[in-house]
Amino acid sequence: MSPTAAARQIDPPANGLPSHAGIYHYDQVDRDFLKQRVEQFRRQVARRLAGELTEDEFKPLRLMNGLYLQLHAYMLRVAVPYGVLTSRQVRQFGRIARQYDKGFGHFTTRQNLQFNWIKLVDVPAILDLLAEVDLHAIQTSGNCIRNVTSDQFAGVASDEVVDPRHYAEVLRQWSTLHPEFSFLPRKFKIAITGSSADRAAICIHDVGLIAKRDADGNVGFEVYVGGGLGRTPFIAKKLRDWLPEDQLIAYLEAVLRVYNAYGRRDNIYKARIKILVHELGIDAFRNEVEAEFARMPVAEYRLEPTIIDGIRARFASQPYEALEPISGVLARARLEDQAFNRWVRTNVAAHRQPGYAIATITLKPAGGIPGDVSADQMDAIADLADHYSFGEIRVTHEQNLVLAHVRQDDLPALWKALSAIGFGEANSGLITDIIACPGLDYCALANARSIPLAQRISERFADLDRQHHIGELKIKISGCINACGHHHVGHIGILGVDKKGVEAYQLTLGGSAAEVGAIGDIMGPALSADETVDAIESVVGVYLEQRQDGERFLDTLARIGHTPFKDKVYASH
Amino acid sequence: MARVTDAPKVVTANRLQDGAVVWLTAAGDWSTRIADAQVQADAAGAEAALGIARASAARQEVVEPYAVDVAVEAAGPRPLKTREWIRAAGPSIDAIPTAA
Repeated sequence: MSPTAAARQIDPPANGLPSHAGIYHYDQVDRDFLKQRVEQFRRQVARRLAGELTEDEFKPLRLMNGLYLQLHAYMLRVAVPYGVLTSRQVRQFGRIARQYDKGFGHFTTRQNLQFNWIKLVDVPAILDLLAEVDLHAIQTSGNCIRNVTSDQFAGVASDEVVDPRHYAEVLRQWSTLHPEFSFLPRKFKIAITGSSADRAAICIHDVGLIAKRDADGNVGFEVYVGGGLGRTPFIAKKLRDWLPEDQLIAYLEAVLRVYNAYGRRDNIYKARIKILVHELGIDAFRNEVEAEFARMPVAEYRLEPTIIDGIRARFASQPYEALEPISGVLARARLEDQAFNRWVRTNVAAHRQPGYAIATITLKPAGGIPGDVSADQMDAIADLADHYSFGEIRVTHEQNLVLAHVRQDDLPALWKALSAIGFGEANSGLITDIIACPGLDYCALANARSIPLAQRISERFADLDRQHHIGELKIKISGCINACGHHHVGHIGILGVDKKGVEAYQLTLGGSAAEVGAIGDIMGPALSADETVDAIESVVGVYLEQRQDGERFLDTLARIGHTPFKDKVYASH
Repeated sequence: MARVTDAPKVVTANRLQDGAVVWLTAAGDWSTRIADAQVQADAAGAEAALGIARASAARQEVVEPYAVDVAVEAAGPRPLKTREWIRAAGPSIDAIPTAA
């Protein structure tokens, strides 16, 4: 991290980024770094195409730049730091989608964007376009500290204690090309939140941080370690209840050093930190970290308040208007239009600024592909962000977008505009707000398709009256055990498997990535795609029959257990 | 290591420059259409075809060639595994999201 960060000036007009968007604004140092990095990869691509590098030699280099070879084409994964974008950046995604892809992009569970139809020869030009708007694909692959993720409501949530974006940016700068942590045993994912409600799925990350304040108002962190999904899922365990702000980097260095020293490199399936934490036990792991921490020259790693202040200053604030806390326009519109009222109930959250609201744009139209956005839709969303939300757009780990600063008065017009582009669905947190990985339609690792199943479930439950009657119910679908679709923590999880050459789906119940995380339990034998859609129907049916007043799906499941659901689903088998 | 089967085989890879799925033809070059692929009736034929494919990979034309089990039908070879069927035909979904 540059010690001169505090002295740098915000320089948004240089590249035309919206000046009030709540992103970290780059300066010339950052832009020169990105430019050098693109030129480096341009040369590596040229050497590969000229035959000077074999695929074995080139593969780790392309992965360091977010470039995978998937089933049909190269896939480029673009980093969206802690999920915050400007309208210009989203328009640039649209431009790349049109010019170099098939006209769309796919938002992922790590708040990133993937282009699925990329040509190797075009990648340097695409990276140039990304660098034009301060974006890149670094740390979206490889055994390094990956792009840090956070709460999509950061800085605006009514329940927020500490804005996590500033610390996420500290972590981004600390981890970018960190020489000691660029060749870890496996990838390493950090998530951070600063609210009581966990919207960042802290419990399923290698390190999860909850920023909070002590009685004197000082910032510190609750530190969790060893969470993760994949073949061996674990909910993270608490490592520290209180880590003072100034020790954040030193302590995380200690955690990473212990992992780097003891994490297994002989077996890819046992290489994540969750396995180390599990095998050592959290107490022994903690002792190792504290011992390493005690040996470190902590003063050298001290996160000085001036550095935090400097980074905070690089995040533009929003010039909010002084408004009444409750909008009369909004209240009338809700009374007059039940469809709009329904959207407000599910897709609008309380904002800390009086008269403003947070609007979630679910990228889950009935029968649609979760997380996919066309270039035209990107442009339209960018326009809406400029018009209604200071030119800023957030990405959620549930594959949705957020406009975080909407005047309550503007919500009716925003909803109409979103509806016109197919994204006005009132289904945030409901049964059709499905997380789905790309699955076997795109992914070289998948065993089964995820997207068509998500589409079929979405079509089956498309009736919004029914969805709202069911209430909160999160379905998450992965096409293989790597669990990019977070199936382990779905209220209903669906895992695609290969059953003697035929796609089949294993259901789990009771998972959660919220404040009290839980890994779902397997219901029974895997089912066909047809049977899976019917099984979801059966599970919902049992829930509706059995639920008592005010119970969510997870509440009813906890009260009556899994047996009634299992009996119903497998009754005909 | 892939299990050796008695099924007829075609050889496939991804083209280096753009990642496109390609199939080895009887002429020893690559086609994006599986219908153009040369079907190898036995393991020896498949191994010989893989030799041609590996030489092509060494010339930086394609990446990671391998053999795929197929059924031979009137329209041409059809991969037996879903993964390869999807590689041959493209995603099973409408790849472009539709606005309402």
